[in-house]
Amino acid sequence: MSNQEWPLWEVFIRSKQGLNHKHVGSLRAPDATLALENARDVYTRRSEGISIWVVASTNIHATDIDDAASFFEPSDTKIYRHPTFYEVPDGVKHM
Amino acid sequence: MNLSEQEKHFLAKIEKEIKIEPNDWMPDEYRQTLIRQISQHAHSEVVGMLPEGNWITRAPNLRRKAVLLAKVQDEAGHGLYLYSATETLGADREQTIDDLHSGKAKYSSIFNYPALNWADIGTIGWLVDGAAIMNQVALCRTSYGPYARAMVKICKEESFHQRQGYEALTVLCNGTPAQKAMAQDAMNRFWWPALMMFGPSDAESTHSEQSMNWKIKRFTNDELRQNFVDATVPQAEILGLTIPDPNLKWNEERGHYDFSEINWDEFWQVVKGNGPCNKERLEARVKAKQEGMWVRETAMAFAQKRALKKTA
Repeated sequence: MSNQEWPLWEVFIRSKQGLNHKHVGSLRAPDATLALENARDVYTRRSEGISIWVVASTNIHATDIDDAASFFEPSDTKIYRHPTFYEVPDGVKHM
Repeated sequence: MNLSEQEKHFLAKIEKEIKIEPNDWMPDEYRQTLIRQISQHAHSEVVGMLPEGNWITRAPNLRRKAVLLAKVQDEAGHGLYLYSATETLGADREQTIDDLHSGKAKYSSIFNYPALNWADIGTIGWLVDGAAIMNQVALCRTSYGPYARAMVKICKEESFHQRQGYEALTVLCNGTPAQKAMAQDAMNRFWWPALMMFGPSDAESTHSEQSMNWKIKRFTNDELRQNFVDATVPQAEILGLTIPDPNLKWNEERGHYDFSEINWDEFWQVVKGNGPCNKERLEARVKAKQEGMWVRETAMAFAQKRALKKTA
């Protein structure tokens, strides 16, 4: 049996105009053209999409799960970035 | 962070219903249990195409043929979602498939029974997909994220599988006495194997307790089997079919149907490879991989050649 597997691709689908492409899963295909056709057959058999992106999985760069706490710390500590941090007098409207 | 702290953190997430995602720390046994369960689930989808695929050319009309084609194509897709989920756990996709071919990995014992006639196809949709859906709806809340997401998509797609089978049986049951008899005969042969799909009884199930604690499984085999019986008996009544179990009876006190003990000898025989079609099913899968290998290799060589031309 051949040990050379087809490369892995990540699949992103825009379900309708006005929405982002969203990651839906992955598949294996020899090249981008066939990855797109396979993605159509695997992930859009019931009109789930109007546009597909495929990205070779090796081109995905991700944050390190072990460093997540320190990596995201700057945003977790700044609660004053949220509107609920501020008090306004009763009766103030449209704010 | 030492090991026990990692494990505590993992268990706390399970406790709080926070999904486990691919790169999260997880106990090795949790990973291995998932790889085993998800790959067996994937194999079941793929092997499950064989008994039905056999009837595509013999479907009684164009509508039924188109429906059966769509169903079998769905099963192929479901196999793919699940093999992808095993890959997120670090499993090698081709290795999991080779484990099926060598007999090391199992698949649902139901697909080792033959589909002898058209009534069997309707019955498979109704009972076999019905039992699979009962199991899979529960797995939509499984603790491993990619498995849960695959299950949500599969459940959405499978609801038509059960309905098309029931519809085909409705036609037979309202047809000639011979057609009705065909439907009853299929029911007689598939009822017990369908109940066996939920696996060994809770007392005999080796993996159940740990899987329940890790929330990989949300209900026990016996709970799901009972739910299936309770849901299916009224459906059989509407078709006018008799369930082949003299002890089947509504138990007012329990609020459930009582039913006979399953023939576990038969179950274990089929699991161990001695069912009517085990050999045939595996041979078909091995043949498909061997005879399709040149297509894979050619497509890869073509892609590489074209990539080289672009960079030249």
